[in-house]
Amino acid sequence: MTYIAKPKFHHPGLPKNELGYTHRDYEGKISTLCAGCGHDSITASIIEACFELSIEPHRVAKISGIGCSSKTPDYFLGNSHGFNSVHGRMPSVLTGANLANRDLIYLGVSGDGDSASIGFGQFAHSIRRGVNMTYIVENNGVYGLTKGQFSATADRGSKSKKGVMNTDNAIDLVAIALQLGASFVARSFSGDKTQLVPLIAAAIRHKGASFIDVISPCIAFNNHAGSTKSFDYVREHNDAVNRLDVLTGRDPITVEYAPGTVQVVEQHDGTRLALRKIDADYDASDRLAAMTFLQKHAAKGQVVTGLLYVDPDAEDLHTHLDTVETPLNRLEAEDLCPGTTALEKINASLR
Amino acid sequence: MKPTDISAPDYFHKVVDCQWACPAHTPVPEYIRLIAEGRYSDAYMINWRSNVFPGILGRTCDRPCEPACRRGRVEDNPVAICRLKRVAADFKDDVRHRMPRPVAKNGKRIALVGGGPASLAVARDLAPLGYHCTVFDSDPKAGGMMRSQIPKFRLPDTVIDEETDYILNLGVEFKGGHRIDSLKKLLAENYDAVFIGSGAPRGRELDIPGRKEATANIHIGIEWLASVSFGHVEKIGKRVIVLGGGNTAMDCCRTARRLGGTDVKVIVRSGFEEMKASPWEKEDAIHEDIPILNYMVPVAFKHVNGKLIGVTFQKVKAEYDAKGRRNLVPSGEPDQTIPCDDVLVAVGQENAFPWIERDCGIEFDKWNMPQVDPKTFVSTNPKVFFGGDAAFGPKNIIWAVAHGHDAALSIHKMISGEDINERPLPEVHVTSQKMGIHEWSYDNDISGDKRYKVPHRDKVIALKDIKTEVELGYDVKLALGEAQRCLNCDVQTIFSAPACIECDACVDICPMDCITFTENGEEEDLRQRLKAPSPRQDQALYVAEGLKTGRVMVKDEDVCLHCGLCAERCPTGAWDMQKYLIDMTHAGSTCQTKARSAA
Repeated sequence: MTYIAKPKFHHPGLPKNELGYTHRDYEGKISTLCAGCGHDSITASIIEACFELSIEPHRVAKISGIGCSSKTPDYFLGNSHGFNSVHGRMPSVLTGANLANRDLIYLGVSGDGDSASIGFGQFAHSIRRGVNMTYIVENNGVYGLTKGQFSATADRGSKSKKGVMNTDNAIDLVAIALQLGASFVARSFSGDKTQLVPLIAAAIRHKGASFIDVISPCIAFNNHAGSTKSFDYVREHNDAVNRLDVLTGRDPITVEYAPGTVQVVEQHDGTRLALRKIDADYDASDRLAAMTFLQKHAAKGQVVTGLLYVDPDAEDLHTHLDTVETPLNRLEAEDLCPGTTALEKINASLR
Repeated sequence: MKPTDISAPDYFHKVVDCQWACPAHTPVPEYIRLIAEGRYSDAYMINWRSNVFPGILGRTCDRPCEPACRRGRVEDNPVAICRLKRVAADFKDDVRHRMPRPVAKNGKRIALVGGGPASLAVARDLAPLGYHCTVFDSDPKAGGMMRSQIPKFRLPDTVIDEETDYILNLGVEFKGGHRIDSLKKLLAENYDAVFIGSGAPRGRELDIPGRKEATANIHIGIEWLASVSFGHVEKIGKRVIVLGGGNTAMDCCRTARRLGGTDVKVIVRSGFEEMKASPWEKEDAIHEDIPILNYMVPVAFKHVNGKLIGVTFQKVKAEYDAKGRRNLVPSGEPDQTIPCDDVLVAVGQENAFPWIERDCGIEFDKWNMPQVDPKTFVSTNPKVFFGGDAAFGPKNIIWAVAHGHDAALSIHKMISGEDINERPLPEVHVTSQKMGIHEWSYDNDISGDKRYKVPHRDKVIALKDIKTEVELGYDVKLALGEAQRCLNCDVQTIFSAPACIECDACVDICPMDCITFTENGEEEDLRQRLKAPSPRQDQALYVAEGLKTGRVMVKDEDVCLHCGLCAERCPTGAWDMQKYLIDMTHAGSTCQTKARSAA
């Protein structure tokens, strides 16, 4: 961590977005994480994505649990709503908030401990229900706050900093999310912002449960030889299936793509996702194939990254439940209390 | 791009914009830190070594450092470097015991013509080496134009006396009231070297109708200022017109206000912005109720029976040709005559060397200026050197000092039998400032304060007495606030690629988006791909290669705050903050051979 505040001065030539903000306006407090933490790069990527999408900070609710990762919402979007919930309970708090006010953008920030151990059930159910959110797991494979024990996402056979071998099988959150019906599933790496920023932007624009697993090396406890979540290992074994360009309404497609190399997916809100294929055979709209692909490559020790699956026509929890469109805090007494006549009618129907 | 060679002494020197811009290369951030610590005497001595006249320059310098100051690119105003220099001079203790002591003479004699900043700087460098320096000046006291042309309300005599005495007390012989009328005669006295720092002593004439007839009330600016300075002139008419737009004009008009001028105007050919006077000097004049009228060209002095009654002006406007050059063309408005009692002509200064015989071995060019080598300051006579305004025409004190240092080095080398063209490299020290995990030996917390105004004396009081100094200088508290605005640009960001794990922590934390990791390319292409725009080509890109991914680290030096956050957030110590100090080579620097490697 750092003891001085980040200076307010910014580069005089910084670009501004549609709202007239620079990316500096999307920052929060200065990070108190260890120097070099991958989580700080994810924070920077969230800032960049929100800046690029010209999101009004007060339209965002950022919700987290407990852990190094769950501290990070303090470091971005200082002018947004935030809720730091109990350990592993981010998905429930987020689901509740989303049901109460569907107008906000929901950013769930969690870690491998928070989502794959104590909150595994919570994670599963929020995905299963299709809550409209962007669920980001900052995945470093260790419990950093308690000095580096293996977490549930640590690969079997990988080594701890002291050289101890992990004998448990790993939970692959991406595989689970695919299986449970998440309609936007991606994996990325904190050391590759050119890949991560558009993925976050696309996930925010996606209607439905978006899940991004971001491998985020823990400098203090999991960045050594023998770790499968270190900068070196991920860089060597990164198998990116595609690169993403997010095209919002006002941008014409200016980049020229060679035919057959790009897959354009249009989402509900008109956002177009241009997927530049790196692996020619990979089809991001085929859930089953994605699951098989992941398993095959995981067996080879490869880390598959990119936008792995997207269903542009997904529905969310509100659609399933047919809820009222107005946020609950804006419903007036007459909306909530239909009156004696209506009550009698209902009662009569039940007699 | 090729990786940056940070061991080249110039690379980091350029990053310290103020020091690079200063002709004498004063280590500005170093002395500003000392001021912040309250170590005024130490700050003074650093200045004294570089620029010789900290108290004088702290009041009168033309401040080439301030437009260069990085702070001016980060926010509205640069650090008030000049006035902080004055703080060091104002609050220092007695520093006489810190001055070099007179040493036994080495038997070599140097004659210095003119007692101004250039000659005194040469004497300052050479006297401690044992040279017998003799300074000749037609005025009774040392100081040259600093004493004769700068009004006392800007620069009191006490300050000049103190700082010229520091030099004369080194065992320098000063022959006041001794004008050199013939270089030939001087050369015949067999000096080992002659330095000519006689300034640009002649005020330019304005030869328009009526000049001769009304001469009693038309004065040449610098001559008139000198007469005021020496007490020969104590009064001027009520209505005064000052012609000219330079700093001399500003001094003239403000002096006139103090000698009885109640209606003083400055009238300039050019527009307000193009005037040569420094912005702050124009401000000070306007503050003293002196209007500045622009785009008016004097065409005639009006007089009745030899008595000046006014000046007639033609009105002009600026027109720009295809090449962007400005021409002043008549605007077509009728001429205007402005009544006045006196006119001060401050339309420029010229060199004059009537005392240098043309057969002394000194070649003159077609503008009648001596041919002087811009690096060694030697003339075509290997024993005669020039410096200050005498070398290349009117400039400022700080330039004269810089010339003096270089000329002194040449003289020392020439007399030592060395090649004067071989200039030893400066000495460079680079020291890590790391004290602990997040502790630095400099204050890296960036102050957001705006530039502090220097308090001025009340105008009513200031205008009553020509010797009352107008600027009061910063007090200790204001000085501390202003000193904290300095960005410590001499504390350099040093990158070590082998240690870097490319975690992006530095990129993410940098408040100014200075750092980019990307594929290498040509400079023009790289500048397009940086994290923030890079419009200033004159600001270097620091490129380092040797990263695992094969990319390069590119840092745009332009607006780096030197806050050290990159180094604080770096998990592997790939970034370090190291203080860069450069000692310019002066005469007598311990090592004189070229073999020395800097940094």
